[in-house]
Amino acid sequence: MSDEAGLFTVLMAMFAGAIRVSTPFLFVSLGETLTEKSGRINLGLEGTLVFGAMSGYATSYHTGSPWLGVMVAGLCGACFGALHGYLCKLPKVNDIAIGIAMMLFGTGLAFFFGKSYIQPQAPRLPSISLGAWSDNPALRQALEINPLFILGFILAVVLWWGLKNTRWGLIVRTTGDSAPAALALGINVNQVRLLATMAGGFFAGIGGSFLSLYYPGSWTEGLSSGQGLMAVALVIFARWNPLACFAAALLFGAAGALGPALQSIGISRGYHFFNAAPYILTLLIMIASSSPKRSLKGAPGELSITK
Amino acid sequence: MVDMAKADHIKDNPESSTTDMLDRLRRSSEFVVMPVLALIVSGLLFSLFLLALGKSPYDFYALVWKGGFGSSFSLQNSLVRAAPLIFTALCVAIPARLGLVIIGGEGALVLGGFAAGAIAIPMIPWAPTAILLPVMALASLLGGALWIGFVGVLRHYRGVNETISSLLLFYIAVSILNFFVEGALRDPSDPNKPSTMPIGKDNMIGNIPGTDVHWGLIVGIVLCILLYLLMNRTTFGFAARITGGNLRAAQAQGLPVGKLMVISCAIAGACAGFAGFFEVAAIHGKANASLIAGYGFTGILVSFLARHNPLVIVPVAILLGGIAASGGLIQRRMDLPDATVLVLQGLMFIVLLVSETFYGRLPFFRSKGGKT
Repeated sequence: MSDEAGLFTVLMAMFAGAIRVSTPFLFVSLGETLTEKSGRINLGLEGTLVFGAMSGYATSYHTGSPWLGVMVAGLCGACFGALHGYLCKLPKVNDIAIGIAMMLFGTGLAFFFGKSYIQPQAPRLPSISLGAWSDNPALRQALEINPLFILGFILAVVLWWGLKNTRWGLIVRTTGDSAPAALALGINVNQVRLLATMAGGFFAGIGGSFLSLYYPGSWTEGLSSGQGLMAVALVIFARWNPLACFAAALLFGAAGALGPALQSIGISRGYHFFNAAPYILTLLIMIASSSPKRSLKGAPGELSITK
Repeated sequence: MVDMAKADHIKDNPESSTTDMLDRLRRSSEFVVMPVLALIVSGLLFSLFLLALGKSPYDFYALVWKGGFGSSFSLQNSLVRAAPLIFTALCVAIPARLGLVIIGGEGALVLGGFAAGAIAIPMIPWAPTAILLPVMALASLLGGALWIGFVGVLRHYRGVNETISSLLLFYIAVSILNFFVEGALRDPSDPNKPSTMPIGKDNMIGNIPGTDVHWGLIVGIVLCILLYLLMNRTTFGFAARITGGNLRAAQAQGLPVGKLMVISCAIAGACAGFAGFFEVAAIHGKANASLIAGYGFTGILVSFLARHNPLVIVPVAILLGGIAASGGLIQRRMDLPDATVLVLQGLMFIVLLVSETFYGRLPFFRSKGGKT
């Protein structure tokens, strides 16, 4: 194989990967953006993601309808979000610590109930072919797009527009920037945060169902391996802007596809390092985009993580 | 002057000194009673969970007792599991005093174990045990210290959130381990599981005489005492606690906040790395993927349950080591998945954090005399 063809294959695989792998990142980061905009951080979305993957897969297996699985995963995620939101409302309860606990609890519950679903095959989500015009099979395969990806894009635009231009968006942003100001406006701060965390959990659950129902497309215990947490880091990188989240999710998807892409053209040396690429990329991005002195542009003022 | 007056007051009125002491005892007992209460409540909630699944909570706790503490064999098994938990809990507890939440102890454990296993490879043919083991120990300490110390550096100099960065470093540590163990450093004579070359039975750390528990437990307990003294009886610990209490005040007083953070993180990482050393040198005899056993994550819970107090970490680690040790028995006898223990741990963690909200609000622990 010539170098040029090899490079093309890798780039195409990364492009395909960006579309295929990015959806869970996108949903989790959009959910986390909404939660953090309300002034609270939910580190437990990793657990929500894993539990969403399990519950979505189980539902699809029992009912035969993957879309019902997506809904159930979202609802389970909303329940986790509600628990997180409710507990953080109590005085002296730290949202970061609760997030870590929820991460362990959600993963534990998912493994507990998911044991019997590791073997069986559940019906998977269908995909939409947008590449019929092309003769290139690799490009065709890359443009097999899952509806959830499109939904995620629409959600990013709606969130971006909604946070900026609607009354609800204003309420969420005010709550996140200054709780006293929100109180003075007669906003119920805890309720706004509870709802924002619930919505965040809902999106993260849907992101989880994508993992088990589309790509990789089955339920295993190592399914997520930190994607929920990377998505939280991605929110900081995206500066709490839903549209930037979309771009960042694509970037992360491409990084995640680097390892398998290189392997497909026969470069298997360093496979484990290329698999670590998303983690290293996240870390580098965090190092580059954080600052010890000034507070970050666009950061909600009430957020404990940036103080 | 004030103290004198107080002393006189006590002398005049011996009865009030005893009530005073009882009062103080009752108020400080809050820090013991609350975590214990939290454990009981989480146990009850877990019982409800089991009942909902049609399993008997009584059987469950009987098996935990039997599998974790009931016989000398099971107790020793628990103690073997408690040793790495002590080290990884210290990896959470020391930075927690400065207000840092480090959850990547598992990564330092993996990397420390890998460093110990890797440095041993060229030395095994010639080095006597007395040289091999100290070098391995040093490598693991250094590996862990650099790993978590890096988290501290990032936190102070770049403002990178330590919770997220430490967890990311865990995944990177796993990749490093797999890369070398399945590649350049793989022992070709072992066809089954990719591992580094075994250090040999004669070189391994033995057990405490009369038991099946390796020396790591004793080292862990000694380390807990030393770190307790460091954090509570030295100027370093004092400065660290001030930093944790109020970062701005510490900076305003001219405390070297950055240095404190980096050193604390390095100490923490060295502790977790040491856990990896003992796993390699006393249990597995080589570095491989068995190092990723979740000790680092259970260690987070241990440290929080112990309220980040190194001395309390020891009994809590033994308790959680026992629960983990009984996992296999529960799996076989009750037909529950091995993740049952994870659910119980998660529940304990959540209830414990929620119990924080009740501190100072229960009338029993308040001072009767109206003083605080």
